[in-house]
Amino acid sequence: MALTQRFDILVVGGGPAGMAAAARAAECGARVGIVDDNPKLGGQIWRGESDQQGKSEAAQWADRLDRSGATKLCGIRVFHQPQAGILLAEGDDDLKELCYEKLILATGARERFLPFPGWTLPNVMGAGGLQAMVKSGLPIRGKRVVVAGTGPLLLAVAAYLRKHGAEILMICEQASWGSLAAFAVSIAGQPRKISQALQLKRDLAGVPFIPKSWPVAAHGPRTLEKVTIALAGRTETLSCDYLACGFHLVPNIELPILLGCQVRNGCVSVDELQRTNLPNIFCAGEPTGIGGLELALAEGQIAGLAAANRTSTARGLFRQQKRARRFARGLDRTFQLRPELRTLPQLETIVCRCEDVPYSRLRQHSSWRVAKLQSRCGMGPCQGRICGPATQFLLKWNLDSVRPPVFPARVESLAAMTDHSELVGSEVTGGQ
Amino acid sequence: MLSSVTVTVNGAPLAVPQGATVAVAMAIAGAPCRTSVNGEPRGPLCGMGICFECRVTINGTPHCRSCQTECAPEMKIRTDE
Repeated sequence: MALTQRFDILVVGGGPAGMAAAARAAECGARVGIVDDNPKLGGQIWRGESDQQGKSEAAQWADRLDRSGATKLCGIRVFHQPQAGILLAEGDDDLKELCYEKLILATGARERFLPFPGWTLPNVMGAGGLQAMVKSGLPIRGKRVVVAGTGPLLLAVAAYLRKHGAEILMICEQASWGSLAAFAVSIAGQPRKISQALQLKRDLAGVPFIPKSWPVAAHGPRTLEKVTIALAGRTETLSCDYLACGFHLVPNIELPILLGCQVRNGCVSVDELQRTNLPNIFCAGEPTGIGGLELALAEGQIAGLAAANRTSTARGLFRQQKRARRFARGLDRTFQLRPELRTLPQLETIVCRCEDVPYSRLRQHSSWRVAKLQSRCGMGPCQGRICGPATQFLLKWNLDSVRPPVFPARVESLAAMTDHSELVGSEVTGGQ
Repeated sequence: MLSSVTVTVNGAPLAVPQGATVAVAMAIAGAPCRTSVNGEPRGPLCGMGICFECRVTINGTPHCRSCQTECAPEMKIRTDE
């Protein structure tokens, strides 16, 4: 039987956007809940920082959220909305029915992964993935790491790993010097971004940073031993312990799509108060477009205030929101994937890791939907979250509908989905 | 010095730092997390609960995402079930 909890405002996602939204809304006196799949709040960027004492931005927001009186629900996965105003969620051994008047979706982003030979070997991880593992206790001191892919995350991850004792052999960025230089110019008016960039430069002094380079193969046989990098028209093979490889970020929009939110170019459409097309549903942070921490905090606060009907206070944050959005548009341009990356998978390279579907079995199909039905691509437990964005880039497929459960759920929890549909059905019948 | 927690990985005792996730315990043990449909060894990819590559059996419950689960004393982790 599901435990029911009722909130005026429910926030889904406990990263910076969600924490800021929940804190601001609860400070206005609303009964607020914040739910996250992870064992602790903080999302990816603040993983392991929110509970540390100190003056970091993460700790300050964690304190503020604590004092706001919002109810924290960690280790809880939302998987279905049986009817408007109710979300079903499961924990490790319980089922919850979360009722809301207003909903703020702050579901964050994940890394984009592109398949290349050997990318399924253990110790080939996402850049953010390896960082998350180290934040969760993985010993990295003395390990040799190649960082590769694209996006500002690569530098941040390399600096973090180095600070924790890793030997960073090389940072391979697929973008060219030209686009990186244009990006550098675009942040010239933003002192905070400049100081972050200078700090990274100091932290990474002596580490080779190679633009226009990318991994072409990882070598095993049972776990990663070497990686081959394409650079300047040749290849180079390096022995390493870890390959930390991610190709920028993809917004997590599965739940917004399930609820019926309008999506454009892979991002949830919102107005300046972070309202989606649906009444009482707001969206903040990465799902509205990859923009980083500053934008997430601005959008989260605006969403929280707007949901608590403090529109005029929310407007005070519009300047911060607009400035951060300009930076976000620069990110998209700079870290656009180069077409050469489409040639990385070989015919036998696994693309769908859940079902071990090779590239040869996908190329013959015309769409994501057909490929799913014919090859089981995207039908495993990740539900296409990893191979979907990859095929979108490789084969230019459009990812269409999302079906409940939006996250794999236990059979008992799925039974609750059925109970609800029967309930709704009987209500309809009863009214006739 | 951080305190440690002792778990078992496929029956062998292993001490891990307090707060470490099961995925970290697997890495310290040097064991892959799961075997793929075609029989390949797999370990964590995303580190954040999305990819499901780090699934293991914890205290008899199969398909647990090891990156989203913190180690607890005497936890029994298996990859061979």
